Amino acid sequence: MASLALSVSVSPPTATSPAPSLAPSLAPTPMVEVRGLAKRFGRTEVLRDVDLAVRRGRVTAVVGPNGAGKTTLIKTVLGLTRADGGHVSVDGHEIGRGDAAYRAQIGYMPQIARFPENLSAADLIAMLRDLRRAHGAEARTDDELIERFALGDQLAKPLRTLSGGTRQKVNAVLAFLFDPALLILDEPTAGLDPMSSSILKDKVLAERAAGKTFILTSHIMSELEELADDVAFLLDGRVRFAGPVEELKRATRQTSLERAIAQLMRAGAVA
Amino acid sequence: MSAPATMLPGAAAPSASGTALRVVQYELRNALRSRWLVGYALFFFLVTDALLRFGDGGAKALLSLMSVVLFVLPLVAIVFGTMYLYDAREFTELLLAQPVGRKSLFAGLYVGLAAPLSLALVVGVGLPFVLHGLADPSQRGTIGALLGAGVALTCVFTAVAFLIALRSDDKVKGLGVAVGLWLLFSLLYDGLVLLLAMIFADYPLERTLLGLMLANPVDLARVFLLLRLDVAALMGYTGAVFQQFFGSATGAAVAATALALWVAVPVALGVRAFERKDF
Repeated sequence: MASLALSVSVSPPTATSPAPSLAPSLAPTPMVEVRGLAKRFGRTEVLRDVDLAVRRGRVTAVVGPNGAGKTTLIKTVLGLTRADGGHVSVDGHEIGRGDAAYRAQIGYMPQIARFPENLSAADLIAMLRDLRRAHGAEARTDDELIERFALGDQLAKPLRTLSGGTRQKVNAVLAFLFDPALLILDEPTAGLDPMSSSILKDKVLAERAAGKTFILTSHIMSELEELADDVAFLLDGRVRFAGPVEELKRATRQTSLERAIAQLMRAGAVA
Repeated sequence: MSAPATMLPGAAAPSASGTALRVVQYELRNALRSRWLVGYALFFFLVTDALLRFGDGGAKALLSLMSVVLFVLPLVAIVFGTMYLYDAREFTELLLAQPVGRKSLFAGLYVGLAAPLSLALVVGVGLPFVLHGLADPSQRGTIGALLGAGVALTCVFTAVAFLIALRSDDKVKGLGVAVGLWLLFSLLYDGLVLLLAMIFADYPLERTLLGLMLANPVDLARVFLLLRLDVAALMGYTGAVFQQFFGSATGAAVAATALALWVAVPVALGVRAFERKDF
């Protein structure tokens, strides 16, 4: 592998060397720990030997160009996609194939909200609440976003009649609904108007202050600048950088996250 | 595992059966509200009612009813089953991001379809008999057998449908395979077997033919019912061989066992495919 145009510490030549964000031995276990994760779809290798540690109480942004494997990584943590190899631990527990209980701690906001179209948002919320209760995992529910988004009169309408933006708001409401310790948001503000997008970002910051852990992807760098504490940069299915935002800026000698990431991408394209 | 884990509030003990039951409830509520299920039950009701009204109400009516059920039921179960699983894709993705295991979800989806379809059959066929009364009380067992075989076939073909939909993400292709399989099992099979028997007329083929019959659930159900009615002449070629080989009582038991396997194997394969699938 050709050495990148960046300083060596930024892009480790192989993923076997520990990522800079790996917590020192005294720190608590990471909220999510991914080791040696591999996934291929047919002949395409989507994830290759991915290592990542998501620290508690912080917002980790997974960034990278389209097709870098961000969504696949997220879905593998959730168990929606089955890894071909490697390990995923959530809250210190290694996730096996049959495990489902750990998802009680996770709120997931998929990139594109796909709902049973005949149901209303209220039906959906009632159903999920009921399901969690049946599972014996009822936590405090948090419907602050319903109010903030002023969704009140939209809740009773069938989901198929709602606009794209409104569906995305419902999507966000569902992710935060059960007060989960870990939130996984895939392009959360895509399709939201500026006001709703700020409401959502405020919510993320407030919940982080309350100790929640976030994994989020976005292509909007200003948004990540506002929200992210740590960055994991994926390229061609590999983690090319993982660490605090400040460290990335220092290593790339850039002042904005956007320029730092752009430099990583350029370096990756050269390699 | 590295450090001792701190369990978060909310991560309580899993109860897989509880969530499976919930999924069944949602699906049942959905199914009972849907028009196609009512139409399906109504179809059986009208056919049965007409046969009882205009037929002699005896064995002949039962035979005609049997032919209709054996022809229509697999088609409806396999086509609706395939569509149902494709349509449940959003629901599946939503639930799999929740603390719901894949086995529970599969069980919920399967029962949520097989149960209402079976119910529609039992109500549609059974109700006219209740309304008209039976011409001959001895028919009760035969009607029971017909309903039982119908429920078994419903379970077989919904399981096969699930397997098709899980193996292919392409709706059109999935539906094509579903209709093709129905054509094969319901129409082409007996003809192919007969052709085979004619070509190899000079060889002892009993065991081969028996094996072929066990490989077709529709044939199995038909033979199972005809053995009860004792009308071997209507059994088709495989049925006649079957009766010759086993005799009526053992034959019915063998057919019933083979049908049970026809439910168990596709369900097991379906669970496996569902557990491995990427959503």
